[in-house]
Amino acid sequence: MKSFNTLLAGLMFGTGLILSGMANPAKVQNFLDLFGSWDPSLAFVMGGAIAVTMPGFWLVQKRSAPFFGDVFHLPVRSDFDTRLIAGAAIFGIGWGLGGFCPGPAVTALPIGATGTLTFVSTMLVGMVAAKSIAQKSRTLVSA
Amino acid sequence: METQFTPISSLVGGALIGASAVLFMATHGRIAGISGIVSRLLPPSIDRSAWPQGLVFVVGLLLAAPLAHLVSGQAPAQVVSTNLPLLAIAGLLVGFGSVLGNGCTSGHGVCGISRLSGRSIVATITFMGTAFVSVFILRHDFGG
Repeated sequence: MKSFNTLLAGLMFGTGLILSGMANPAKVQNFLDLFGSWDPSLAFVMGGAIAVTMPGFWLVQKRSAPFFGDVFHLPVRSDFDTRLIAGAAIFGIGWGLGGFCPGPAVTALPIGATGTLTFVSTMLVGMVAAKSIAQKSRTLVSA
Repeated sequence: METQFTPISSLVGGALIGASAVLFMATHGRIAGISGIVSRLLPPSIDRSAWPQGLVFVVGLLLAAPLAHLVSGQAPAQVVSTNLPLLAIAGLLVGFGSVLGNGCTSGHGVCGISRLSGRSIVATITFMGTAFVSVFILRHDFGG
């Protein structure tokens, strides 16, 4: 039952990305191209998502625990560190250049474009690299 | 390249993404951030507690396009650049940046903003800003 719910969540997420146009890099880049062929659609994606998630999270968190777990794992940090800003800035550059962010890239993989496969491969490498660096700096701090 | 303005399907698709995030929170108590879900499956520090369910979520994502193809009778519309070196660099930056900054469009942009997280709002403004600039340079300085 737990896995069925997770599979359903993944499928809904992917279907939402496809339906909304987020899985199409050309549409994403047109949203980001304010001074060219601007397509404002993606603002509606974000608006639609937040309109559901904001009240949804509020309702869900009135429960003491999730249905298949003991506690809610919510981010607790509220500080603005260099890592957050630098990470977001680097992410944004890549998002603009490729027109893909992680969810749409994974969702678009089965459509079979070579570009998508290339993007996802190096994205995984980038993730491993960032995790390795984070781990190393943690070891240094604790040592 | 022009794309058609699709307010309705984008709004409905967005609502579906939001519903998925709420379902994930209700069942697992976790943020449906794709960079987080994917990176927790990867070395060097594999998060075993997140493994089976994270993988199932990714399988769900991967099933969406084939299912959409089956239902609508045509592959989802997309135009992916054929400039592979550019996409390789873009992928590297997206993977590295999203893990370093603890989130991407879904984790910060949708879930974080919905929780009114200051960190997520700052992250979203930052990545939107650099993304606007990188598309501007890509399309208007080098003729994209």
